[in-house]
Amino acid sequence: MNAPVLNIDGLSVGVVGRPTTQRVVADVSFDVHQGETLCVVGESGSGKSVTALSIMGLLPRGSLASGGGRILVENEDVLTASQSRLRALRATRMAMVFQEPMTALNPVEPVGKQIDEVLRVHGKFTRAERRERVLAMLDAVHLPNVRQIYDAYPHQLSGGQRQRIVISMALVLQPRLLVADEPTTALDVTTQAQILALIRELQEKHNTAVMFITHDFGVVAEIADRIVVMHRGRVVEVGAREDILARPREAYTRMLVSAVPSLIPRQREALGGEVVLDVIKLNKTYAEKRFLGGGRMVAAAQEVDLKVRRGEIVGVVGESGSGKSTVARCIVRLIDPTSGAIHINGSDIAATARRALRPLRQRFQIIFQDPYRSLNPRRRVGDSIIEGLVNFGMRRDQALTKAGELLQLVGLDPDAMPRYPHQFSGGQRQRICIARALALQPDLLVADEAVSALDVSVQAQVLALLQEIRDRTGIAVLFITHDLRVAAQICDTIVVMQKGRVVETGQAETLLTAPQQEYTRALIEAAPGRHWDFQNFRPLQPDGASAIRKPALDAMQPR
Amino acid sequence: MKEFPSTRLEAIPDMATSEESQALSSFGQIRRTLTTAPVLIALAILGITVLIALFAPFLGTGDPLAINPGERLKRLSGAHWLGTDAFGRDVYSRVMYGARISLLVGLGAALASVALGLFIGVIAGYFRTLDSIIMRVMDGIMAIPGILLAIALVTISGASLMTVVVAITIPEVPRVVRLVRSVILTVRSEPYVEAAIALGTPLPALLLRHMVPNTLAPLMVQGTFVFAAAMLTEAAMSFLGVGLPPEFPSWGNIMAEGRIYFQLLPGLILYAGLFLALTVLSVNVVGDAMRDALDPRMARKL
Repeated sequence: MNAPVLNIDGLSVGVVGRPTTQRVVADVSFDVHQGETLCVVGESGSGKSVTALSIMGLLPRGSLASGGGRILVENEDVLTASQSRLRALRATRMAMVFQEPMTALNPVEPVGKQIDEVLRVHGKFTRAERRERVLAMLDAVHLPNVRQIYDAYPHQLSGGQRQRIVISMALVLQPRLLVADEPTTALDVTTQAQILALIRELQEKHNTAVMFITHDFGVVAEIADRIVVMHRGRVVEVGAREDILARPREAYTRMLVSAVPSLIPRQREALGGEVVLDVIKLNKTYAEKRFLGGGRMVAAAQEVDLKVRRGEIVGVVGESGSGKSTVARCIVRLIDPTSGAIHINGSDIAATARRALRPLRQRFQIIFQDPYRSLNPRRRVGDSIIEGLVNFGMRRDQALTKAGELLQLVGLDPDAMPRYPHQFSGGQRQRICIARALALQPDLLVADEAVSALDVSVQAQVLALLQEIRDRTGIAVLFITHDLRVAAQICDTIVVMQKGRVVETGQAETLLTAPQQEYTRALIEAAPGRHWDFQNFRPLQPDGASAIRKPALDAMQPR
Repeated sequence: MKEFPSTRLEAIPDMATSEESQALSSFGQIRRTLTTAPVLIALAILGITVLIALFAPFLGTGDPLAINPGERLKRLSGAHWLGTDAFGRDVYSRVMYGARISLLVGLGAALASVALGLFIGVIAGYFRTLDSIIMRVMDGIMAIPGILLAIALVTISGASLMTVVVAITIPEVPRVVRLVRSVILTVRSEPYVEAAIALGTPLPALLLRHMVPNTLAPLMVQGTFVFAAAMLTEAAMSFLGVGLPPEFPSWGNIMAEGRIYFQLLPGLILYAGLFLALTVLSVNVVGDAMRDALDPRMARKL
């Protein structure tokens, strides 16, 4: 076999001024070969991004520094290379694609000029040649109307198009190594599928070595040749895709893989309980305000109908901009719907005045996506949990006793109460948020992307907790998510939304196995790794391997 | 998914400790920023000035207002440590008592503008309908040069300690309002504020418990800047003869009266001016350090 394009040997990275025992990355070694895709997976804080930055020589100076080891890119050690040498190597020999394309691009320059800059800095070409090459590159990443795109600014492009531009910048000089740090995490599933196919296509064309960092095992199952599993700065396991996914050796890998929710819906009997939430023809339009003269009207939700019964978990799925969060926020009246009715236990709250609404708020509660921002950092956990109870007239000492019980219900110790939110991990904070929402014993719980910010293993725990609470209390749950896997795991009924409208509603099982609508089908098709059953460590179809590799080029139309 | 036991607190100890140590290090960072040499010197100067203001009668001073025609324009001597002015008043006593007036005006204007600005800013930030009206009024006030506005206000209402403080406060208010409003606007979309709304928290509690505490750190910093600016404005107004009535021995008044005999006796302006400059500089140094400590991002940008 040829020499590896990237060879990392015993890499250690530490925080400047901290003892070497507290390394961020410790003794990491792996290779990436020509034409190969190596996926680096791990939960947050596993050191995968720091490893990527080390390869590019981009460690933030003064705060992180390598403390040993070698990183050979085509036999040249980048850890010891000078700044000017590193500048020369970037883009020509190794290039990086970041997670958020909007922040990776300069907002005040046309994108064509930004790609042109890469060529200009590395010399060699005349002005006309450069333009030629940039246009060819834009064409190669399948952007339409390349001449128009050349002069477009980043904000005029969609998220997927922006990421294509970033990929163009990275690959225009045909580097031997591409480091991609969660390049599709900020994108919708359908766009993600297109970008993954694009990276695969360009990689095959130029025989590039790709180091692909992700937390998403679906993506891993889709694209990886080999997998590196990282945990707390160390490599847990390295192996071929089939080995890691089907026969993991380490307990940590096994736990991580089996925590990935399956796309196969569970068997459930239909629920016939009373209807807790009944939304009828809900509309929400935003008026875009302009100085002088009327602005445009933007319809965030149009004619939305949905029902949630007692003890039922209804999932609302859709891509960004589908209006699912708007619906959730209307239902708990954080924003006021433009028209339509929201019946909770029979009473319509859609048009109730704010003041009259206050006593009704006990009936419905919401939990949010970001556990780090959902709790007031200045208040003790106990005070946060009892806030609602005290608002509705309970005595403080009584409320605190209740809070202790609630913490136990969500799997935390009651001695958490006098502590502050920053002393807890993300998953623990989300449990606290759930306890706070349950304190008022609501009939309806709205969970707005409540597990999306959590690592898979924690996600599985929180999902299990929600189900347990549903079984125990019979609470109705409206579960907003962009992740079909999560929806398949937890929801009895699924509502698919697109561009503010409900596209399809049905029982989870029927909807996921036999979708009626084109859009639902496209969403399911785009879900990465849908041919792999992670929990049982096996592919779903006998011909799974070949189906996985088929690039979804036909589905590729920039939004 | 049954095999996952629910997490206990001790299940993720590393997470908590690493974040705790982060919190500690940022606290240490604040302490480091506030204990550099210039800041310590500034704090010492401020401390001395405050002590002078508090204990002015016990520092070997006489009556700062006692006119003594026989002892006019004397140079430094044992009886008059810093000489006497054109009315035979003891300059040393006047400068020491002047610290009282200047600090009082600075503190009064800082507290008043912060309190008023906080109140108006919270209203503008939370009630979107009132926002545009309030902010246009604030823009209007900001469009008039501060000292001009202060002079006009004093001219209308007559000069006294109260009116001068009010006149200095009003031009400072819009800056505070803008600051508070911007903080409230960011905080009101925080999930924890929305969660509190969903929990039925009444409006006053919502504002005081969840939103106002976020404004305190930037307000403290802004307060120091108002403090320094107010002392300067007071001095400038007094110097122009539209500030405090002449019977107040403020640093501005001392310099205004000393102006005529400046060439004869430079000390008439020098000592008061020196105190004023040092105090204002110290307040600004401390304010800058506080801003750097509380918002390290902003420090790097400047």
